[in-house]
Amino acid sequence: MDDLSASSHGPIASFAVSKIGNAENGGIEIEIPARTDYVSLVRLVVAELAALNSSLEPERIDDLRVAVSEATTNAVQAHIRSDCNQQVRVSCHCSEGAVLVEVADQGPGFDVNALPKMPAVEHPERLSHESGMGLLLIRELADELTIDSNSEGTEIRLLFRTARASSSS
Amino acid sequence: MSVTIRRYEQPPWCVLRVAGELDVVGAPELRQAVVSAVAEGIRLLAFDLSDVDFLDSFGIGVIIGALKRLRQRGGDMVVVCPSRRIRRVFEICDLDKILALHDSIEQTSASPTTPAAAALAGEGHG
Repeated sequence: MDDLSASSHGPIASFAVSKIGNAENGGIEIEIPARTDYVSLVRLVVAELAALNSSLEPERIDDLRVAVSEATTNAVQAHIRSDCNQQVRVSCHCSEGAVLVEVADQGPGFDVNALPKMPAVEHPERLSHESGMGLLLIRELADELTIDSNSEGTEIRLLFRTARASSSS
Repeated sequence: MSVTIRRYEQPPWCVLRVAGELDVVGAPELRQAVVSAVAEGIRLLAFDLSDVDFLDSFGIGVIIGALKRLRQRGGDMVVVCPSRRIRRVFEICDLDKILALHDSIEQTSASPTTPAAAALAGEGHG
């Protein structure tokens, strides 16, 4: 872990539980250092909170766990790449039928429209793409995805709905 | 330590049995195990993910990298992942179309080793 110590001198992770007990808006705010070994903590907390405070089906909680992991890893890596010492912020708000997760970083941002397309899986070139699948996975897993990115940072919003809420909307 | 990797022979496969989380932290350890195995001349590699609790695009990236390395050298690989949760990530990335996914390591011993034949066998299993 010594190789990570350069980015570990900031404050440790902080958690602020917001409005727990109000079923309409149980939520949590998490701030973590830009360290990859904090990502598992974030997905654990968010998935457990969503399981406690929403009616999301277990399979959708699994989807949420993967999507949150991808988004948080991207944010952490954006900070590491740009030597940004700020914390990465993750918030999760739950209601009966939906879970909203927001992941915000202060990295250099990226052009959402310029993301490379992945070749079809049968194409030989596909095996050259060992990375870049994170956003593809998030797109497939979340019911709604919003990405705001500019030179001052990126904010990704993921919305997961229960099957019942999705079918009635 | 987010993953532990145990390596053993189950002919024709060299098996990498992984336990833990294959994410941004754990996946590089698996990549190193793959690189070492291929460097030693191993061409038939089985990934046993039965004890993997979590898989995201970083784990998938290592699997894709392994597939590329092995097929470039005339080798092949199979993946054992009985968990629906883990298998779903493969399916979303469409990797189930180019990889043989099995429920147990025993299932793989009789499995064909060419990709095309593996794909056909996969259809038979539904």
